[in-house]
Amino acid sequence: MSARSNILNKLRAGLAGTTPRPDDFNEGLVTRPWQYAPEDRIARLRSLMEAVHTEIHQLTTEEWPARVQELLESRGLKNVLYAPGTEHGKQLAEHWQRAEPRPELLVYDRPIEEWKEELFWQVDASVTGTVGGIAATGSLVLWPDRHDPRLMSLLPPLHIALLKASEVEDNLYGMMQKQNWSAGLPTNLLLVSGPSKTADIEQVLAYGAHGPKELVVLILEDA
Amino acid sequence: MSQRIPVKELTDSFRGRAVGALADDQLRTNFRIAMDSLMQKRADAFPDEEEREGLRELGNHIKARALSRLPDLLEQLETRLTANGVKVHWAETTEEANRIVHSIIEAKQGSQVVKGKSMVSEEMEMNDYLADRNIECLESDMGEYIVQLDGEKPSHIIMPAIHKNRFQVSKLFHDKLGVDETEDVNELIQIGRRTLRQKFLEADVGVSGVNFAIAETGTLLLVENEGNGRMSTTAPPVHIAVTGIEKVVENLRDVVPLLSLLTRSALGQPITTYVNMISGPRKADELDGPEEVHLVLLDNGRSGAFADAQLRQTLNCIRCGACMNHCPVYARVGGHTYGEVYPGPIGKIITPHMVGLHKVPDHPSASSLCGACGEVCPVKIPIPEMLQRLRQENVKSPAEQPKVKDGGAKYSRKERAIWRFWASLNTSPVFYRLFLWGATRFGKLAPKNVGPWTENHSAPVPARRSLHDLAKAHLNQGDQR
Ligand code: SF4
Repeated sequence: MSARSNILNKLRAGLAGTTPRPDDFNEGLVTRPWQYAPEDRIARLRSLMEAVHTEIHQLTTEEWPARVQELLESRGLKNVLYAPGTEHGKQLAEHWQRAEPRPELLVYDRPIEEWKEELFWQVDASVTGTVGGIAATGSLVLWPDRHDPRLMSLLPPLHIALLKASEVEDNLYGMMQKQNWSAGLPTNLLLVSGPSKTADIEQVLAYGAHGPKELVVLILEDA
Repeated sequence: MSQRIPVKELTDSFRGRAVGALADDQLRTNFRIAMDSLMQKRADAFPDEEEREGLRELGNHIKARALSRLPDLLEQLETRLTANGVKVHWAETTEEANRIVHSIIEAKQGSQVVKGKSMVSEEMEMNDYLADRNIECLESDMGEYIVQLDGEKPSHIIMPAIHKNRFQVSKLFHDKLGVDETEDVNELIQIGRRTLRQKFLEADVGVSGVNFAIAETGTLLLVENEGNGRMSTTAPPVHIAVTGIEKVVENLRDVVPLLSLLTRSALGQPITTYVNMISGPRKADELDGPEEVHLVLLDNGRSGAFADAQLRQTLNCIRCGACMNHCPVYARVGGHTYGEVYPGPIGKIITPHMVGLHKVPDHPSASSLCGACGEVCPVKIPIPEMLQRLRQENVKSPAEQPKVKDGGAKYSRKERAIWRFWASLNTSPVFYRLFLWGATRFGKLAPKNVGPWTENHSAPVPARRSLHDLAKAHLNQGDQR
């Protein structure tokens, strides 16, 4: 007999004569304490994310590529990785063509295997989109796909994420329902709530453990 | 560095190790500071008692519901994951699980493995198993990395290196990595980052644990702050997740309260930096992510606990560590005293099912039953009740058919006979009076050595007059007045 059937048989024997417990999920418990007036949502997200070392800018949709340029130049960074197949990627590329800033625009357009070493060590920053934010916990929702690959938000020391102000929800439960997550999830759905950190030595908080040392969120107000 | 990393032998018994730990001032200070701060953080994260209790109740119901359908949910999980392109494997023992992991690595001719934090892989002693087969298996969680570098085991399930301070880490890095000593924690972390990043780059396989496996969608959910979990599950070409069979929940929405309970109870955080939900390997047109994802479902004694409706509650555990943070015994003796993978209260109730009571005979009794663990447990496992039950199982005679692996480890005919004598003594007035008469007159003959009691105390000597006697005399005096 296989391990599988042995395990399942043992478990079934343990349940003999019992009936499954009812589903008494109470959504009020995970929503009611975490509701905000529309005008408070962004403030809540902001304060939670800033408390864990995230830099936040609120600006209009037209302004953001120039702000990316400023962020890079003020830090003296050499380059920034972008996703050419995305809407925001195209906007960034246009800006770069027009303004011709110093930092080099790197394209994520080939499989990781072809440039792993470079991606691990040479890339200074990245720009990714998000599919929303969560006010209750101060989180970004990232939905990586073929256009916006997974490692973009992990490897570069500076991660710049774009968040539409209109896509901030109150809580995780609301977000799940609104976007109907249970109908289909991507390969790797992510909630990101700050830059990478650790408190493994003496519980002293240190940022930039393995992922980005800095997270900058650009909240885009619809102009 | 593929030779076996010698793990400092954990000698002696729980008692012996406890004596050593209690005498180690540095260790006690490190733990005291850490536990105080973790308790405070949890308290701050749950400012509203009503909200907290409602959530704990819900957490308990979700886990109980999942366990009440466990075999069905495991099958559903397998079906969904398989449809998503994930390979599911089943293992009854840690040996089997190790064999599965090894064969996946071998098929890829892999020689380097990076591991995100995984307690189940600690159960399996995967690092040693792979090292014996010339495969380097490196821990990538900062705390686990430090502990592995020093040939130790984690002393806390959430904070593996909590027993060490910065000076000890600095010295360790200096000795093992050849870097300059530094007391700056940030600098120490950056040393770890640089060293491990190269390893993530080179690794053939990434191994991780799982916090929740969602049957509805076929999703593996992992929480972490460092990003090493994301690295291990994204950068190498193959990802192997290992987990216990109890980690499955029914629906995606079920993880909402569990996640909140987990991160707030563990670290006092509203959420961890990363919540990583993996539902499959890289799709044909995607540019990164592993080409293969495997899930190994491990039993290792869990089905034994499951067989008993009371003990089954042990499997509610979401491994938050709050019970150890609040345990007065754990805070004093530290994680290594338990001598097994899971320390503290949860260790005391889960380990007997994994390794048998013979190996951990002191576990159920190393508790004052103060109840703190049960009070803070986010999924409301009645840990003190479990400990009492395990104490009973621990002293059952073979004829009483103990329900726990190697139950009856502490069964002693002598002790049983003494208790039987004691019971009959106290239930028969004639016998009692006779005994009292003898004890007050021949008290000098009482044994001088009464087991562990006389290790630290002088032996009790029966008084010349019994309390009964004294009371009677006292009352008679009163009558005369
Ligand atoms: S037993 Fe409860 S408190 Fe202890 S680790 Fe498990 S879930 Fe947390």
